[in-house]
Amino acid sequence: MPDTIIVEIPRYSPERDTEPHFQRYEVPVYKEWVVLDALNYIKDKVDGSLTYRWSCRMGICGSCGMMVNGEPKLSCATFLSTYARNGAGVRVEPLRYFPVIRDLVTELSDFLAKLKKVKPWLMREDERQLSQGEFLQTPEQLEEYKQFSMCINCTLCYAACPVVGLDPVFVGPAAIALAQRYNKDSRDQGAEERLAVLEHPEGIWGCTFVGECTRVCPKHVDPAGAIQQYKLTAALDWVKSFVMPLGRKNKDIDHAGKAA
Amino acid sequence: MPEKPLNKTPVYTEFHPRWYRPHVSVYWWLGQWQYLKFILREISSVFVAWFIVLMLLQLRALRGGLQTYARFSHWLQSPVVIAINVISLFFVIFHSITWFNLAPRAMAVRYRGKRLPEIMISAPNYAMWVVVSVGVAWLVLR
Amino acid sequence: MAKSSSEPILWTLFSAGGVLAALLVPVHLFLFAVAIPLGWLRAPSYEHLMALAVLWPVRIYLFLLCLLPLFHWAHRFRYTLYDGLQVKHLNEVIFTLCYGGAVAGTLLAGYLLWSL
Repeated sequence: MPDTIIVEIPRYSPERDTEPHFQRYEVPVYKEWVVLDALNYIKDKVDGSLTYRWSCRMGICGSCGMMVNGEPKLSCATFLSTYARNGAGVRVEPLRYFPVIRDLVTELSDFLAKLKKVKPWLMREDERQLSQGEFLQTPEQLEEYKQFSMCINCTLCYAACPVVGLDPVFVGPAAIALAQRYNKDSRDQGAEERLAVLEHPEGIWGCTFVGECTRVCPKHVDPAGAIQQYKLTAALDWVKSFVMPLGRKNKDIDHAGKAA
Repeated sequence: MPEKPLNKTPVYTEFHPRWYRPHVSVYWWLGQWQYLKFILREISSVFVAWFIVLMLLQLRALRGGLQTYARFSHWLQSPVVIAINVISLFFVIFHSITWFNLAPRAMAVRYRGKRLPEIMISAPNYAMWVVVSVGVAWLVLR
Repeated sequence: MAKSSSEPILWTLFSAGGVLAALLVPVHLFLFAVAIPLGWLRAPSYEHLMALAVLWPVRIYLFLLCLLPLFHWAHRFRYTLYDGLQVKHLNEVIFTLCYGGAVAGTLLAGYLLWSL
């Protein structure tokens, strides 16, 4: 393994620049180092102005998402030695399809707004009294949504999804997967409300099943699968609304009455 | 209370420094092999539509009588048409394979709580593909 | 419930068309457009094909084989134009051309099959 590797990073400072310019740093390579270690080395010893997000350094907080040689990755979960082998160096860029605030830091407020829109929390029509005890859930019921609950909001899937890049209003993989996480939760009664939010061309129907989101997800959430299942549910729901229109209408009135 | 629709424009914080907003190129799909594969998969639908056009032409020729149909069959043998149709065949098979491989992801079939492995959904699809193809061929060729 | 959007039905048609296209189009295309013109297989006679085509079950089968894959194409192609060419601002035009084309093709198929 070579001793050092060249790390190329686009530097962008909103006060000075209108466009990023690449800067190259020489970083030592140790076999246990990850890309985040390289960035920390640069910040500590070479250039303290380098700006980037990180926190847990163990792949659970979702802060350190970056493009490493054109692939969305968690910088704390990507070994430096992989890129040192062929001597070509490594390019670290901010996550694609997001505005860049500075260097490697992206603007996430739109993502957070989308997340809030899908109401990723348990919604009940009838509130359960404390005296009634806890919600009971079997392991099978847990299996239904557990995979989707693994999301750490790292937004790697947004950097991988071309629809996110082409249509800034598209809700995006993680938000829809998290909506499904609650739809599939046996304790939740808010599926209809979430569907009302998501059954738009910018919601689930915007997805064209490219599948990149699932490929890059570090937590194996499979957002693409979640979205296709959601489409199927929405389509079946639509069919049901034809076959049993009266049943649906009553439910809507009750729900509206309660909400108002 | 009526549900507010999804935003028509992205929602960002009001107070922010000047961001750098990279532009997504029209050639985004050439940037990555996975993107190119995706676009090819979507383009396969054009070749499916071409097949429908062929079938409509065939039906029209059938209606027209023996001579018309013979002319149509002759046209099908011209090198350009054969070339187009061979390429179409590749794309149409590509559609079938990608479709059967992706179909299990849309269906979370559970048996005794555990999710069925994807092959158990795609394998019956492939099997049906073979059976149906043989059936159609037999009907047409006998 | 889904009144705000026609997407559920369009997606359902797309899916059904996709399944039908995946199962049936390869063999049809292979037989009629490749194997028979190239002489790999003996061509069925005109009489045999007509005898098959006038049967009502076959007519319905062929009609569905036109209708559903056409809507599959329309839906997929519409999204490819949005994504691939970034022409979302031509929304209405694309929508009309794609689904309009599918409807036109289906009507033509219906007419041809009816008057066989």
